[in-house]
Amino acid sequence: MSLIRLEHISRHYKMGVEFIHALEDLSLLIERGEYVAIMGPSGSGKSTLMNLIGCLDTPTAGIYELNGLNVSEMDDNQLAEVRNREIGFVFQTFNLLPRATALRNVELPLIYAGVPAEERRRLALEALERVGLADRINHRPNEMSGGQGQRVTIARALVNRPSILLADEPTGNLDSKTGLEIMAIFAGLSQSGHTIILVTHEEDVAHCAQRIIRLRDGRIASDEPVRK
Amino acid sequence: MRFWIELQEALLIAWDAVRTNKLRAGLTTLGIVVGIVTVTLMGTAIQGINRAFKQSISMLGTDVLYVQRCDWFIDSHAEWLKQQRRREITWAQVKALERQLTLAKAVAPFVDIRQTVKYKNRSASTVTIIGTTDQFLETGGVGIDEGRFLTAEEAEGGRPVCVVGAQTATNLFKGDPAVGSRIYVGDHSFEVIGVLEKQGDFLGAFSLDNQVVIPIRQLTTHFMPFPDYGIQVKVIAQDALEDAREELRGVMRKIRRVRPGDEDDFAVNQQDQFIKTFGRVTGIIATVGLFITGLSLFVGGIGIMNIMFVSVAERTREIGIRKAIGAKRRNIMVQFLLEAMSICLFGGLIGLALAAPLTFALRRLMPATLSLPLVGLSLAVSLVVGVVAGFLPAWRAARLEPVEALRNE
Repeated sequence: MSLIRLEHISRHYKMGVEFIHALEDLSLLIERGEYVAIMGPSGSGKSTLMNLIGCLDTPTAGIYELNGLNVSEMDDNQLAEVRNREIGFVFQTFNLLPRATALRNVELPLIYAGVPAEERRRLALEALERVGLADRINHRPNEMSGGQGQRVTIARALVNRPSILLADEPTGNLDSKTGLEIMAIFAGLSQSGHTIILVTHEEDVAHCAQRIIRLRDGRIASDEPVRK
Repeated sequence: MRFWIELQEALLIAWDAVRTNKLRAGLTTLGIVVGIVTVTLMGTAIQGINRAFKQSISMLGTDVLYVQRCDWFIDSHAEWLKQQRRREITWAQVKALERQLTLAKAVAPFVDIRQTVKYKNRSASTVTIIGTTDQFLETGGVGIDEGRFLTAEEAEGGRPVCVVGAQTATNLFKGDPAVGSRIYVGDHSFEVIGVLEKQGDFLGAFSLDNQVVIPIRQLTTHFMPFPDYGIQVKVIAQDALEDAREELRGVMRKIRRVRPGDEDDFAVNQQDQFIKTFGRVTGIIATVGLFITGLSLFVGGIGIMNIMFVSVAERTREIGIRKAIGAKRRNIMVQFLLEAMSICLFGGLIGLALAAPLTFALRRLMPATLSLPLVGLSLAVSLVVGVVAGFLPAWRAARLEPVEALRNE
């Protein structure tokens, strides 16, 4: 069974009087443990696809199965639970809570999972250690560098042991050196068996993955493995 | 377990939100503060009035019936006119009643007038002169401070003796020994045989200590040739009150020859009626108070709602983040409801802190205390305002689409 199965997925938006076909009859399989990059020019529908896979949005038509669950028919609360359990988000702009420390930011998914305080702290510390931030746990986002901020985001994404790590332009706000550091972390996570889906428009970032899916006008233009 | 973890988080966020916007929260809370101050003061005032009333009313005695020509409380002018035309209660009727009642412990006829009382060169005007019998000691619930009360013989005989109220005694005698001296009531001389205990005033309207009790015969002879007697009947036991009342009515109807089917041509009054009428008055005060309070709480609530909408708008992105990583609608809802409730509770506490000294000031006027149930009520009211005012903003926040919310800058 594939980890992600998209079948004839469409997503339409209504913008004023016009319908926008962000995704059109898109089918896709992603297996457990894959490292996939999604590319495409802006307007190609990659953000929409990202939101659908991340259960932040539901398709207008088609079936989306994640880990055997039919996500396309779920309501708001069920989706929230799936996001909490199955998906770890790494955003371009980090999306950390500005007033909370690194530790509390990382603990957040566990709070909504109902994990007791001590267990929460232990797991969050573990995740922060994994991204090399054990000495920054009490810093707030504005007291950290961009690279550190993105690592906190990765720790937060990992802390619930999700099925998928979903990264949206993770290096977009970083200088190239820090970007490489972050990509190295992703490579390590991929090697240890994590499923990673990366949205980017940078060729060299995409080439870190094992498979590149290119979108154009809401459809898959190409889908091929990376030759190394 | 899960519930507690979520609640804890929501409380933490709420606390954090209020703390980072201290001034804003403080200003918003003003309406609630005013509302809670009025709730508390209104409550203490009503309780205070009630307590003062209960103290006054207790002198009427819960087990005493007052047979009189007219009702204490008459609803309409027509009814008043009708009652004014009733026949007087005569001495013969008093005597007949006394003989026939079986459930009475004491029966005291009484008549009262206002007269000027003189002692040596001092005088007191508009003193209540009560003409009654020895039984009054029992029915009236008064105590003797000095000397003795009237005897049965004195009451119906012609001996000019009197018992003076505490205030009249102090005013007239000013340190002279009261018992044994002679005073003038109107033009007639009476020997003082006793002084009554201090009783206080009745509903703050008139003093019960500014009175002189004289034998009923003396009063009717000298001051009131055609008396209309009232009769105080003390019942043998509290739980026989209703039976005694019925017996009393029956006997009175017979004595006064009221035909079957006709209405009573007399009234049987009791403390109860005062309590009912008073209840109506406090009810009106409470309603008006409630309205004022409701108004200030409403305005306060609108303020809270406003600021909560601002808070939701400011934190749209945070809501998006929380939803993305697994917060459900209820988590977001509770988070904002708790924020609104915290602000209101905060306002409630300030309100109580202000109401406490004001209650103390109120104590000059009435026996007012800030009671625990009232404190509880005030806090509960402020929490309810928080829930009501916070609901709409919280609902809106909870329903935000995560994608939309995350896009918000």
